Amino acid sequence: MPELGKYAAEVLSAYAATLVLLAAIVALTAWRARVVRRQLDMAEGRRRDG
Amino acid sequence: MRFWEFANPTVFMRWTARALPPLWAGAGIALAVGLVWGFFFTPDDYRQGSTVKIIYIHVPAAMMAINIWIMMLAASLIWVVRRHHVSALAARAAAPVGITMTLIALITGAIWGQPMWGTAWAWDPRLTSFLVLFLFYLAYVALWAAIDNPDAAADLTAVLCLVGSVFAVLSRYAVLFWNQGLHQGASLSLDKEHNVADVFFWPLVVSIVGFVLLFLALLLTRTRTEIRARRLRALEIRARMEAA
Repeated sequence: MPELGKYAAEVLSAYAATLVLLAAIVALTAWRARVVRRQLDMAEGRRRDG
Repeated sequence: MRFWEFANPTVFMRWTARALPPLWAGAGIALAVGLVWGFFFTPDDYRQGSTVKIIYIHVPAAMMAINIWIMMLAASLIWVVRRHHVSALAARAAAPVGITMTLIALITGAIWGQPMWGTAWAWDPRLTSFLVLFLFYLAYVALWAAIDNPDAAADLTAVLCLVGSVFAVLSRYAVLFWNQGLHQGASLSLDKEHNVADVFFWPLVVSIVGFVLLFLALLLTRTRTEIRARRLRALEIRARMEAA
């Protein structure tokens, strides 16, 4: 861990907020991609089965 | 392969399926290298102390916030002129990523501003135009969600995108237009005298590359999802009509 001195709280909170927001958008994107793909597979399956 | 062939959803899905794995890997590697290099292996600034490390997240996020809006504008104009659905869906897919980048820029800017300026917020031209850009992003997503007809939604959001692009441009050039406010000029410049020192420059460049690759990976993944969601909606409507 680098020596951040008197600004440690500011630097660490900026990085923490960034990583949380980036992780959130990646997780949300992956989750929605999976849900929509599953629903589409089911809908196409129903259509094939008549 | 011509650019316009990507307007065909089948071609788009085939090509992006191949492009996405290396894109995600590149984004992860560049982000990890840029942020670890910047956080752990760069010195403090003689005036700003360790807060200079915030540059590796604040500057790339702010650049992306503006450039994503410009990309959405280009995609929206392609929709308006050529009526390619994939371009309208790409603009829609980019907006939540733009919101995230704008939020990161605003939050890290406030955290950085408190010790350096003595305040987390000021009605400075650049800060204010960035806040307005953030509100435009929210309005853009809300407008897509509020209109059932996807073609009408694409038309109206394209108009909103055009209006909002004024603030995207202002966010970048406000410092030059108004010679006032707290925010300094660009951190990266072709003029070596105005550029950040080399020791900060290269990790910053790697971090920017990481943010760009992450955006591209998110954009393609989200556009693929929008294409599938559109197909799903069409199948559901057809099923309801057949059942009626």
